[in-house]
Amino acid sequence: MSEIFKGIEPMVHNSKISVPYSWWAGDTASKFFISLRDARKIIAPRCGKCGKVFMPPRKVCPTCFTENTDWVDVSDEGTVVSYSVSRRQLEAIPGDKKVPVIWGLIKLDGADTALLHYLDEVDPGSVTIGMRVKAVFAESRTGGIRDISHFKPVK
Amino acid sequence: MDRTAIIGVGMTTIEAEKRRETFADMTWEAVNKALSDAGMTIADIDNVVTTSSDFWDGRTISLMAVGDVSGAAEKNVSCVEGDGTYGAFYANARALSGSYKTTLVTGHSKGSQCVSSLITNAAFDPIYERVLGMDMITASAMQANAYMNRTGVKPEDAALVSVKNHGNALKNPMAQLPMNITVDDVMASEMIADPLRKLDCSPVSDGCCAVIIAHESVATKFKQKPIWIRGLAFCTDSFFFGDRDLARSKALTEAAKKAYAMAGIKDPRKEIDLVELYDAFSYQELLWLEEMGLADYGKAAARLKAGEFNLDGALPVNPSGGLLSGHPVIAAGLYRIAEIVLQLRGDAGAHQVKKAKTGLAHGVNGLCGQSHCVWILDKEK
Repeated sequence: MSEIFKGIEPMVHNSKISVPYSWWAGDTASKFFISLRDARKIIAPRCGKCGKVFMPPRKVCPTCFTENTDWVDVSDEGTVVSYSVSRRQLEAIPGDKKVPVIWGLIKLDGADTALLHYLDEVDPGSVTIGMRVKAVFAESRTGGIRDISHFKPVK
Repeated sequence: MDRTAIIGVGMTTIEAEKRRETFADMTWEAVNKALSDAGMTIADIDNVVTTSSDFWDGRTISLMAVGDVSGAAEKNVSCVEGDGTYGAFYANARALSGSYKTTLVTGHSKGSQCVSSLITNAAFDPIYERVLGMDMITASAMQANAYMNRTGVKPEDAALVSVKNHGNALKNPMAQLPMNITVDDVMASEMIADPLRKLDCSPVSDGCCAVIIAHESVATKFKQKPIWIRGLAFCTDSFFFGDRDLARSKALTEAAKKAYAMAGIKDPRKEIDLVELYDAFSYQELLWLEEMGLADYGKAAARLKAGEFNLDGALPVNPSGGLLSGHPVIAAGLYRIAEIVLQLRGDAGAHQVKKAKTGLAHGVNGLCGQSHCVWILDKEK
């Protein structure tokens, strides 16, 4: 540090970027969300070429590099592929969630890829990979991923 | 193919909070150190590649904040996001293109000025995932659980990575967290996201690194001994975690294979002398080593325990202390490259490893190692 700045107190400038975004969900996610909202049913697109069923839904099969052609019903039950338990109230955690918060990567029966969502109604210490879970739908549904409230263990 | 080399490196100390330096001030320091290391002036640089992230920096077109102090005025300056290894990859392509001879690459990062959890949450898909509130730590915990479940590796096995790397940092004056700790200390530290405890996680850091890449026609024209780029490659996995096998990293296996092939390396375990890799979390050092073919899958922990990855071991890994000892996210990979360069030149000081002819530097972009960049550097052309 050069002599002329010796003893200078470091000033801090606080700021915040506050920019609202409205993401159009697109046809594929919209179809999926409407099904969650109106029918409490989980549906997924399937590749017409390789037959893979994608969760979360997307328009294109990345392996075949073609547009997915049809939609299928997938089960509201599945298997935990991995999980994460937050013990610290990290800033990204939504205000209505208190730690411990558990997230699971859930491979629903009938889907080939796993969906990220909450696990709940379970002690965080007893969550295991391979555990069977079932979707619990939110009472109030608005057409979004949280129309599924969480997944709970299958008794 | 034409050859390229790294002919100068410069880095600032990595600190928790650089209160006296702005992005531009840090960059000024690293750039001048690199120029001085190379024996060059800014007039000898014919183009610039910066590494920054608009989201981390809190401004758009973030490279413009560091252009002036990189000597970019009236030159071709471009920005590549990532951790610096990707910017350097592009810089190397420029040097090979025939249009440029000397490329200055910078990477700057200030974790202290923003909120890592919120920034890394924004890496998740905005329609399907972001609202669930995961971030880099909780995502990595998910990968750690998958890895440990598959391999039988225990949290205390991974904790030894933290012990080793913080210990190595005691010998590196640039490191933020030199610490003499034990596995028990790691296991007693705060549980942030099972199985990751505080000392399994890299800290929030500020720092800037700069390297200069030259075409072979000018690589020996300046003061510094060139370190030759023998092989480099990067490869990316699927975006959604649920599409990947989180317990593995096939993108890294592919990147390493391509880099070894380009370098003419047949047996990496015999031909690589040291490694600087992206250990943002303790388990990652084990997983990345395995996926690069430097240990059998699930077996790196045993070799770590046997001391093989120590500073004086058969394959020193992160002799600098790695990211666990300082993690300026957007510059972190460029620091790995600069560290390997110093080691191969014999200029690493107290953390110099004994045998250092061929080194590997590894960088990551994306959550849970979605994308990997592998560099093979050599003392000899």
